[in-house]
Amino acid sequence: MSIWLLVHPTLAFLAAPLLPGIINRTKAYFAGRDGQPLLQTYFDLAKLFRKGAVYSRTTTWLFRAGPILSLGAALMAVVLMPLGELPTVWSFQGDFILLVYLLAVGRFFTVMAALDTGSSFEGMGASREMQFSMLAEPVLLVGLAALARGTGCLTLSDIAANISWQAWSQYGEGLILIVVALMAVFLVENARIPIDDPNTHLELTMIHEVMVLDHGGPDLAYILYGSALKLWTLSVLLVNIMIPIHTDLLLLNVVVSLLGVLCWAVVVGVIESTMARLALIRIPQFLVGAGALSVLALILIKK
Amino acid sequence: MHSRIDIIFTLIILANLLLLSSSRLGTCINVAAIQGLLLAVLTLATRTDEPLIQTSILILSTIVLKSIVFPQLLQRAIRDSETRREMRPYVGYAQSIVVGMVVLALSLWLGSKLPLPNPTISPLALPVALFTILVGLFLIVSRRKAVSQVLGYLVMENGIYVFGVTMVHESTLFVELGVLLDVFVGVFIMGIMIFHISREFDHLDVDRLSTLKD
Amino acid sequence: MILVLLLMPILAGMVAFFIKSDKIRRGLLLTTAFLHLGLTTTFWSHRPGPLFDNWLSLDAPGLLFLSITSFLFGVAAVYGVGYLIREESTPGAHSDEGSFFPNTAESVFTGCLLIFLATMTLVPMSQHLGLLWVAIESTTLASAPLIYFHRHHQSLEATWKYLLICSVGIALALLGNFCIAVAASHNADQPTTSLLLSSLVTQAKHLEIPWLKAGFLCLLVGYGTKMGLAPLHTWLPDAHSESPSVVSALLSGALLNCAFLAILRAQQICLAAGLADFGRNLLIGFGLISMVCAAVFILEQADYKRMLAYSSVEHMGILSLGVGLGGGAVFGSMFHAINHSASKAMLFLVAGNLLTVFKSKSVNDVRGALRVVPVSAALWVVGLFAITGFPPFGTFLSEFIILKGALAEGRYGVAVIYLATLAVIFAGMSSIMLKMAQSNTAPVLGSAHGVQRESFWSIAPPAVLGMVVLLLGVHLPTAIDQVLHEAAMTVGGSS
Repeated sequence: MSIWLLVHPTLAFLAAPLLPGIINRTKAYFAGRDGQPLLQTYFDLAKLFRKGAVYSRTTTWLFRAGPILSLGAALMAVVLMPLGELPTVWSFQGDFILLVYLLAVGRFFTVMAALDTGSSFEGMGASREMQFSMLAEPVLLVGLAALARGTGCLTLSDIAANISWQAWSQYGEGLILIVVALMAVFLVENARIPIDDPNTHLELTMIHEVMVLDHGGPDLAYILYGSALKLWTLSVLLVNIMIPIHTDLLLLNVVVSLLGVLCWAVVVGVIESTMARLALIRIPQFLVGAGALSVLALILIKK
Repeated sequence: MHSRIDIIFTLIILANLLLLSSSRLGTCINVAAIQGLLLAVLTLATRTDEPLIQTSILILSTIVLKSIVFPQLLQRAIRDSETRREMRPYVGYAQSIVVGMVVLALSLWLGSKLPLPNPTISPLALPVALFTILVGLFLIVSRRKAVSQVLGYLVMENGIYVFGVTMVHESTLFVELGVLLDVFVGVFIMGIMIFHISREFDHLDVDRLSTLKD
Repeated sequence: MILVLLLMPILAGMVAFFIKSDKIRRGLLLTTAFLHLGLTTTFWSHRPGPLFDNWLSLDAPGLLFLSITSFLFGVAAVYGVGYLIREESTPGAHSDEGSFFPNTAESVFTGCLLIFLATMTLVPMSQHLGLLWVAIESTTLASAPLIYFHRHHQSLEATWKYLLICSVGIALALLGNFCIAVAASHNADQPTTSLLLSSLVTQAKHLEIPWLKAGFLCLLVGYGTKMGLAPLHTWLPDAHSESPSVVSALLSGALLNCAFLAILRAQQICLAAGLADFGRNLLIGFGLISMVCAAVFILEQADYKRMLAYSSVEHMGILSLGVGLGGGAVFGSMFHAINHSASKAMLFLVAGNLLTVFKSKSVNDVRGALRVVPVSAALWVVGLFAITGFPPFGTFLSEFIILKGALAEGRYGVAVIYLATLAVIFAGMSSIMLKMAQSNTAPVLGSAHGVQRESFWSIAPPAVLGMVVLLLGVHLPTAIDQVLHEAAMTVGGSS
């Protein structure tokens, strides 16, 4: 049994950089381009690790520690998150709250590193990041709480194990609301269109990218890898709710869930291709709306 | 059985939230129309113990008025006066949603305070009715355009309808039709007034109707 | 008979929309008004029986308020005909706007007026809470076009506020009706519940208390909006000051009473259910707030029609206070309803006369009215004494009975506030109204014209109304006394 414990973390550490590749290919397909290779993120990471880093004299240890600490937080989040029925290495009552805080810790250090450079652009990005994540965090927390209430479980793995087709027939309307709310969180946390454009290089409209402009070499690699892991973690969370497959064959379940994650990446690509970026001032409204949905789900789901 | 009705209630709540968050008057009117349709479905789902003819007359008149006639009237009003959007409401859209959530919590609390007349009624019925009424009131006080205010009145009326159709089973068809007729004439006259306001003032901003005061 | 009374104005109203000739239409208005009044008078000797399973029937409070409405409408119809003739010769010329404006077509005006009468007839007859709601909402709808008779900006604004605020308020009253229905459906022995007043009163002991309280609160707030109780009165000064004076008189004298009657019905159920104190305290609270609020706005009021409108808020407060106090004060309240209706309608009609001559609603523009329009100005002063409760008038008597009731109940605080407010309002109104009548300052328009000839149509109706208030103060006929007592008993008055 113990070998199963390591399956999901290993898969995640290996396959996470694939997701940005899939999303980019989907977007390229919609735009009528060939696009980058699927494995482009791996190439980027390999290239960056071979390079050295340049540090500005105005920065302190915070700037160097930021990428590593945020990567650490992302790694721990992956370890907490179950994939379907696969057990997790580490699980305890209320671990979904830790998940929310791990994401927050990662963001905190990214923001600190950005502020440490003393650049006004990075400061602007940091302020936006904090503003929007301040609104997104409660949505995630309330959404997870609603799930916990519906399933009557307090650990992420129990929640994942207890969401079934039967649960969908019992409180499906609540689950739909949760999925929609969590999708909004997903888009914010991973800096996706319509919230943020990961490809933009216009500082005035960037949120996430603007904070990491001054990082280079291995530091940038940590950041890239960390955000890929975050993408993976939240995708798995959504797939766990949307495709609650519990057959007797564990292997089949895992394969279906994995396929689900890859399909979800395609869906994200489609969302990004078909939607326009929201104006910055409209984003709070978008998030508050998502919050309303998750609160509503919390109210509607009762057990 | 319950969960089917609960889906209708959820949709009604979502429609309210949409009304709170949308600045396009056209969208709001359509959402209100859909809400009217939901009311008809709700009537069908709850009034199973009554004569079919009575229920069907009620449902038909609800659909015709709330999701065809009123929306058409209001769409016409915004077309004639060329007001597409609610500009600068007193309370912003994001804040409106927050207010909506507070109001929802309040109605749930109130709903738990009052004893339900009989146990077969979904526990969501009373909170949803109160929520819809309060959202309607909130729309009336927080928006500037005359059309939005009429819309708020309609939403409030919808909330009262939810209350009536789920909680009060013995009300007579005659009275219900009278209520619908009154609402119809009310909205009709309000529509005429909107027409006059847009012609006389060249705008529909109710806050600028302020010559009369002490 | 009830049906005749109800259908006659409706039919006449419908017909009035299509009559081309002004003369015939005005004749129709007068005929209907007097037939209505005549029929109502016969009800005093022979009360008509219930109709449609007791849905329509005339009890003592109903008869009282129906008679007030019918009488006022009769008087207003006479004045209205004169008014329409005047408007025809000098259309438009609105002082504050400085521009001419069209009037609503006279046929629409007359038609709406008659239908308004029909709806106000339905209110006192309805014994079913749902029907009562329908009737009251339709009074709002029928009167909205009347307020918008002069088509200018202010009246449009006033109509919009009236329509929206009252509709929303009355929607709350509908919620109140539903709450009471829910309260009734708790009763397991009697599963068939209806909103008939009589059955609610007889089964009141079985009503679920929380729902009944919620229902009463909604009804009080809802119909209170329509009645103009502060702080829900905001539409009232606008609507009453912007509508033509005939309509103002009807709105103040008859329509507010209709809403008051609806509140009485709710209080009736509360009493029967043993919640007398709950309802009474609320009524006293709203009553005092209305009086104080009106007093504040009457002082230094610059628009005399608005002043009259605020005075209506004050008197609605007195009515509500009287019912709230219970005991003998309820009788005072019923009596006061008659007195207030007559004297307020009289003042609004006279205000209409002043407005025609001085072409301004501003207090400062009307000076020395006694020299320009002596009869109207004299009536204006008489009206002042009638409305503020001077001894020979009926208002004095009714206000005094309410005060006595307050003291008898041991509510000295209420009595003090009541007296203080009345004093302040008397000071405020008399300083404004006497200045208008007497002041030596040359009037803007009047001096050039010298003494104006006043037509019979505009003088007789307010004079009749003033006479009625005076006579009621001197002698209360036993028939009226009996009905007043009977009405007071239904809402908790002692005989």
